[in-house]
Amino acid sequence: MCTMIAHQAKIQGRGKSGQDWFELREANVSYDHPYDMPLEHALNIDFVNEAAGPGARVAVELSVDAARKLVQTIEAVLAQADQRGVLEDKHQAANR
Amino acid sequence: MYQTNQYEGMIAETASIQGHKGDMINAYVARPLGTGPFPGMVVIHHAPGWDEWYRECTRRFAHHGYVAISPNLYFRDGHGTPEDVGAKVRAGGGIPDEQVLGDLDGAKNLLRSLPYVGKIGVFGTCSGGRHGFLAACRLKGFDALVECWGGRVVQSKEELTPKQPVAPIDYTKDLSCPMIGLFGNDDKSPSPEQVNQHEAELKKHGKNYEFHRYDGAGHGFFYYDRPAYRQEQAVDGWKKLFAFCDKTLKSELQR
Repeated sequence: MCTMIAHQAKIQGRGKSGQDWFELREANVSYDHPYDMPLEHALNIDFVNEAAGPGARVAVELSVDAARKLVQTIEAVLAQADQRGVLEDKHQAANR
Repeated sequence: MYQTNQYEGMIAETASIQGHKGDMINAYVARPLGTGPFPGMVVIHHAPGWDEWYRECTRRFAHHGYVAISPNLYFRDGHGTPEDVGAKVRAGGGIPDEQVLGDLDGAKNLLRSLPYVGKIGVFGTCSGGRHGFLAACRLKGFDALVECWGGRVVQSKEELTPKQPVAPIDYTKDLSCPMIGLFGNDDKSPSPEQVNQHEAELKKHGKNYEFHRYDGAGHGFFYYDRPAYRQEQAVDGWKKLFAFCDKTLKSELQR
């Protein structure tokens, strides 16, 4: 793409594409051309499972403001869950 | 100019071609019916992928009398919708320049092998504009270049990566054919300052070029399916690029 600003995080999760859920292994975060958002550049997150091919993808395209709000909101939710002592150990989650 | 009583026919289909290191990749080929000779055009898709706009663009060149070929530069990244494959490439920081050059050389060689093809040009938008400039500098056998808003022709050292190890502007002295460049003055990549640098380098090396810069247009102003589309500037840009290509590639159809 034109900025080539892209990072990848290895993750554990599940995503829904169409009617089906599938395992997510990577989150690809880029600031580059979006496909649908009417902007030249957007904060794009592709939740994918690379081993399952390019179609195993849940995509979001966010404005810069929306991306920052999302980050703050996720941090706030995790902090609240931590305060209440309900954060699950990642190994515990993976073994379910 | 097309006349309403003129015969016109076209064949357009996907084909397999030999790309970088002999890899077989697919390509979309469109050509006018008839015995020719016709000029050829290698059509380089943009960063979002080998998509419908590029199918239409390839057929547009055929409609204007060119044998056009658009290689799938993302072939090695798997198959799916153009968006899904393009998103995978986006996540990986693009594709290696050397691989692109090998694939473009393969597309050009396919055109060269056709008995009805004369001179050959190369066209690209966005990252395809950058790839087109690289190809016209580093490959032999192109007779014209159309670079539309090639992002990252000018790159700082910090932007260089193992996949894109050299800024294309550094190859300017090797540009081997006339070029036309179309740019939007509201673009951020390339910015007007970067277009100035690009032009200064072409001037410095005495290259045959023409640049057209449009006010009120940003990046990708040809893309009718994006908000960046600018009707007036796009119509004028197509007109200018076909005038340039016809003058450069159709004037003398022998190799």
